[in-house]
Amino acid sequence: MSGAARSLAALAAGLLFGLGLSLSGMLDPARVRGFLDVGGAWDPSLVFVLGGAVSVSALGYLLSRRLRRPALAETFDLPTARRIDPPLVGGAALFGIGWGLSGFCPGPAIAALSTGAAPVLVFVAAMLVGMAAQVLIRRFGPASVRP
Amino acid sequence: MDAYLPALGGGLLIGLSAAMLLLLNGRIAGISGLVAGLARPGERWVADAAFLIGLVLGPPLFALLAGHWPVMRIEGGWPVLAIAGLLVGFGTRLGSGCTSGHGVCGLARLSPRSIVAVLVFLAAGMLTVALMRVAS
Repeated sequence: MSGAARSLAALAAGLLFGLGLSLSGMLDPARVRGFLDVGGAWDPSLVFVLGGAVSVSALGYLLSRRLRRPALAETFDLPTARRIDPPLVGGAALFGIGWGLSGFCPGPAIAALSTGAAPVLVFVAAMLVGMAAQVLIRRFGPASVRP
Repeated sequence: MDAYLPALGGGLLIGLSAAMLLLLNGRIAGISGLVAGLARPGERWVADAAFLIGLVLGPPLFALLAGHWPVMRIEGGWPVLAIAGLLVGFGTRLGSGCTSGHGVCGLARLSPRSIVAVLVFLAAGMLTVALMRVAS
C-alpha cells in the first residue's frame, strides 16, 4: 500500500517538476545560455526560476525538520557527505562546461525527451554514457582516480 | 516584469515538487541522482522511476494546458551536444548532483557542499559561454 502511495506521490511530484520546467523557460537551451552569458545580452530570468524554486524548497525543508518522518516513508533520505573535496569541485566544473556548451542540464533534458527532438536524444544518450563511465572508473579504475 | 512571471511561477512549481517529494517520500529531488539510480535495483526504484516518468510527462501536460509546447531552441550541432552530454553525465556523478539536487534542494538546506558546487558550475558555465562567444 505505502509503496503504491509513494510511487503515486513521486509521479505527481515529477509531473509538477516537468510542468514547472516547461512554464519557467528552462526547457529552452538558448534561454539558459542567455542566462550564463553575463558578458553579453544577459537574460536574468533564471534568477527568478532558481529563486522561486529554492524558497519553496527551503520552506519544505524547514517543515521536514519538525517532522519525525516523511508522510509515506520511514526516514528522510538526505545526503550525509560533508567534505568539500576535489571530486565535488571537479565534477561541478565538468558539469558546468557541458551545461554552458549545450544549455541543457539533466532535468530539462529528461523532460524534453517527450518532445521527441533528435538533438535531445543525442544529448541524453551521451549523458547516460558519461554517467556509466564515471561509475565504471569509480569501481574499476586505479585507486588514485577513485573519489 | 511580466516577462519574469512565468519564470517565477515555474520556479515555484519546481520548489513545490521538491518540497512534496521530501515531505511525502523523504527523498531529494536530484534528477541526475535519480537517473543514475535506475541502474541500481532497490526498494526506491519504482518510486524514483515514477518521478522520472512524471517529469517526462510534464511538457505534454503543459502543452495540453497552455495550448502550445514550451519553446525549445537548441544551438550547436550533434558533436557539441554529444560532448556536452558526456560532460554533464560524468560531471554530475563525480560531483554528486546537478542544478536540481545541489541547486534547488542543496541551497534550500544551506548545504556547504551544494553552495560550493553551484558556484563552481555557474562559474564554469558562464566561462564556457563567454569563451564560445569570443571564439565565434
